[in-house]
Amino acid sequence: MMLIFEISKKGRKSDYLPACDVPLSALPQASKLRKDPPKLPELSEIELTRHYTRLAKQAFGVNSGFYPLGSCTMKYNPRVNEVTASNPNFMGIHPLQPLESAKGCREVLDLAESLLCEVTGMNAMSFQPAAGAHGEYTGLLLIKKYHELRGDHLRTKIIIPDSAHGTNPASAAMVGYSVVNIPSDANGCVDMDALKKACTDEIAGLMLTNPNTLGLFDPNILEITQLVHACGGLNYYDGANLNAIMGKSRPGDMGFDVVHLNLHKTFSTPHGGGGPGSGPVGCKNILKSYLPDSIMIEGRKPESIGQVRSFYGNFGIVVRALTYILSLGSDGLKAASETAVLNANYLMHQVKEYFPVAYDHVCMHEFVLTLEKTKHDKNISALDVAKGLIDYGMHPPTMYFPLIVHEALMLEPTETESRESLDQAAMAFKAIKEKIDMDPDALHAAPLSTPIGRPDEVNAARNPILRYTSK
Amino acid sequence: MSFPKELRYTKTHEWVKSQDDSVTIGLTDFAQKELGDIVFIDIPEVGDQVTAGVSFADVESVKAVSEVISPVSGIVTEVNEDLVDAPETINEKPYEAWIIKVNELGDMEELISAQEYEQLTKEG
Amino acid sequence: MGGYLPSTQNERNDMLKSIGYKDINDLYKDVPSQVLLKTDLSIPKGLSEMDVRSKLDGIAAKNIAFPVVMRGAGAYDHYIPAIVGSVTSKEEFSTTYTPYQAELSQGVLQSIFEFQTMICELTGMDVSNASMYDGSSSAAEAAMMCLDRRRQQVLVSQAAHPETIETIRTYCWGRNVPFNTIPVKNGLTDVEALKSMINNKTACVFIQQPNFLGQIEQADLLNKVTHEAGAKAIMGVYPTSLGMLKTPAEYDADIVTGEGQPLGLALNYGGPYLGFMACKKELTRSLPGRIVGETKDNKGNRAFVLTLQAREQHIRREKASSNVCSNQALCAMMAAVYMAAMGPEGIEQAAALSFHKAHYFAQELTKIEGFSLIYDGEYFNEFITSCPIDAKQLERALMEKGILSGLVLDNTMLWCVTEKLSKETLDDVVKTIREVCLI
Repeated sequence: MMLIFEISKKGRKSDYLPACDVPLSALPQASKLRKDPPKLPELSEIELTRHYTRLAKQAFGVNSGFYPLGSCTMKYNPRVNEVTASNPNFMGIHPLQPLESAKGCREVLDLAESLLCEVTGMNAMSFQPAAGAHGEYTGLLLIKKYHELRGDHLRTKIIIPDSAHGTNPASAAMVGYSVVNIPSDANGCVDMDALKKACTDEIAGLMLTNPNTLGLFDPNILEITQLVHACGGLNYYDGANLNAIMGKSRPGDMGFDVVHLNLHKTFSTPHGGGGPGSGPVGCKNILKSYLPDSIMIEGRKPESIGQVRSFYGNFGIVVRALTYILSLGSDGLKAASETAVLNANYLMHQVKEYFPVAYDHVCMHEFVLTLEKTKHDKNISALDVAKGLIDYGMHPPTMYFPLIVHEALMLEPTETESRESLDQAAMAFKAIKEKIDMDPDALHAAPLSTPIGRPDEVNAARNPILRYTSK
Repeated sequence: MSFPKELRYTKTHEWVKSQDDSVTIGLTDFAQKELGDIVFIDIPEVGDQVTAGVSFADVESVKAVSEVISPVSGIVTEVNEDLVDAPETINEKPYEAWIIKVNELGDMEELISAQEYEQLTKEG
Repeated sequence: MGGYLPSTQNERNDMLKSIGYKDINDLYKDVPSQVLLKTDLSIPKGLSEMDVRSKLDGIAAKNIAFPVVMRGAGAYDHYIPAIVGSVTSKEEFSTTYTPYQAELSQGVLQSIFEFQTMICELTGMDVSNASMYDGSSSAAEAAMMCLDRRRQQVLVSQAAHPETIETIRTYCWGRNVPFNTIPVKNGLTDVEALKSMINNKTACVFIQQPNFLGQIEQADLLNKVTHEAGAKAIMGVYPTSLGMLKTPAEYDADIVTGEGQPLGLALNYGGPYLGFMACKKELTRSLPGRIVGETKDNKGNRAFVLTLQAREQHIRREKASSNVCSNQALCAMMAAVYMAAMGPEGIEQAAALSFHKAHYFAQELTKIEGFSLIYDGEYFNEFITSCPIDAKQLERALMEKGILSGLVLDNTMLWCVTEKLSKETLDDVVKTIREVCLI
């Protein structure tokens, strides 16, 4: 498809701004002015809008079809969320307005805080982190501050299971902690013997996702958090998988001291192709005074970790999430989680007829297949199956994650899929399985229904072309 | 897969060629196959110090990254600049695509023979 | 309420039975009974869509959206063409995930590639990433990408935005890296002070252009000192100003960051906003976050993919230099649509209007006794004045007239003017201030 720069024609434009109605002032010295105007595209509005309509046809959203991307909770994004968030009385509010003129915004943040604290069993929350990884980082900074203020400077290690998201160890490194990797046991849960050995007076804390990335709820959760507390560490809950347990169980009751949530997963705000999200951090009272806040309005709080970005975070996303929570209420949140878990088990039950589940056990909101045998026997990889599924009108599952499962495909159907769409997905897996048995090579060519075939990623990385350059 | 007899090997998949008081270090055929298509290597500069058992370079493929561990302590005297523009040479000719040459040698890690190394790769 | 569940309760009961369970709690059998909630959460029951809209509209009504905004300080009230919202509300864009599956996501990938190019054009830099959370965290990530074994100190101009300084300070504390601020002299980062502070341990120096006080920094002198010490020069820039002012590339900056909100994003009480980051070619592989690259597909067609991924956390884990794993793709698209709609002329026009209107307003305001410019250097569209009465009192008085005044800093005011304010409005504001100050 043509790039917007290739459609551009010199001199084309739209008139968005009026002529200057004030007397002109002297410009800054020539040495402070740019030499040439930026080479931005020049187009009429109709060309612009058609360009993006063409691009939209080559994008696939939750509204386009089934999107069982594990760990990403691609649930339906209710339209009313967009309507409430686009109220000019929210969108037009400057972040540095005097508080008395932004009472509604404060109420949104306060109300969302109290509701999400109830959902998670926490005491306080900050909305400053802009994404899940940003929330992890913030949560770990709270833990770092806690130990630092206690004069406990020897705690420089963080325990992370080998099934964790890659952001967990990367976030730990950003707060200067080294990682103690804990293997998973035969059931896919935390290996308790390894954990006991790891719990020393050098441990700052534990990072855990529960249910974990295999979609399994760790039955030893209370013992795990107690072991970490007993050695003087704190427990961090990665909220990526909260969609399984809203209204059923709370991280705060499991022994966690700090959590991050992904409002763009669990609380239905749109993913936007990779953002904007929101990764609020909640904590127990012992960590409350370390939470980040905007210094311009509140002043610098003496014990705060400081800011992790500007102002109050992605406020507009919080409005959407609040709308969702109020729409669902206690009954709806619980029903959402129960149905997410039911849908995952229902789909797993059918798909495992065709491909083995890595840990064959009742799952929470997601489950992981392993195609190791198919890869070995038929030279069909998880990637081939994923690409094959595209031709059945669905988005593929998450591939090659978690790392502890070879040739992994991770499926999270979410609660907002009907029985028919789950049945159709199962049929797609069945058809792929049949293809593998009949004519395995055909799958190497998939997908066939998309605007492009498989891209050459090696060439992209060896000879990076990261921008358009006019010829 | 080839394991040239005249070279010595590390358990972390580097090959080592000793000449007089200098050694040449590269990645083995086995290592390049495991990594897949190599897209980038970040190499040290002449004059840098390397330490036995410590990484001195990263090699990247599309979906993986691996450290190259120096089997010896010393000073880098030469680097293979050609790899910066053509990292795929490591895939194509792993035993010609040397990465660095080191002299003023100090501590040395334990090195193994081609036969022992081949055995090691089979054990996985 | 329903939780947007398409299946009926009967269907769900059937599905449960079909896989061999009786009760939904059979699926929660791994949850220890001590932590399985026995009662409902203590939050209200769900509301209908009609009720929830009414509730949220009621909350929004407690805000005052000022028709006249004269406050910037990191968030700017520029005109947003209607086309921006129209394009970015397309469901294919808003409801999709990070474009992992390139074959299904060419539209998203191409839009990011185009965004990267536009940021390069605007800043003059070689390479841009796919965007960051916001301007402050982008600045902090840029500082982190300059750290190496030998160079571990970060210097930040005291004239940068206070929240940017605060964010960089937090990131440095996290990494256990020394952090210092460079003092300000007469509204500008003090070049002599920088010379005395910088040394061979300094990784980078961050300055903001124009700075928080509105002044145009002597970025050439500052960056020269930084480079002579072997450190990296990072510049935080106000993108609209680049329609007029010298680019960071022309100032020889190594890395450029900034808040992209002025490029077509609403004020939104501070977010979602858009961080951007661009750099010289040789730093490409140190960039954090997503990057889209061009390649070919298996039939030789042009194709776009997420690339240089071996830098990132999902591959490098604890050895990654950043944990960033998303961008602000939809916000980046807003900025791209804005830049494409405005074009080179439109961006120049927005900059010129902001500049001239700010200077006109400053000239008229300082005709009132007691208002004078605190700094005498050149500025773009923000400036600080004294205030003859209690600045908070003036702020309150203007609020009652629907005017959000300049930001109160001690007893001075940091004013901002954009193209949205007509001469008539500016004259009215001056008239109102005159009346308030006379009483």
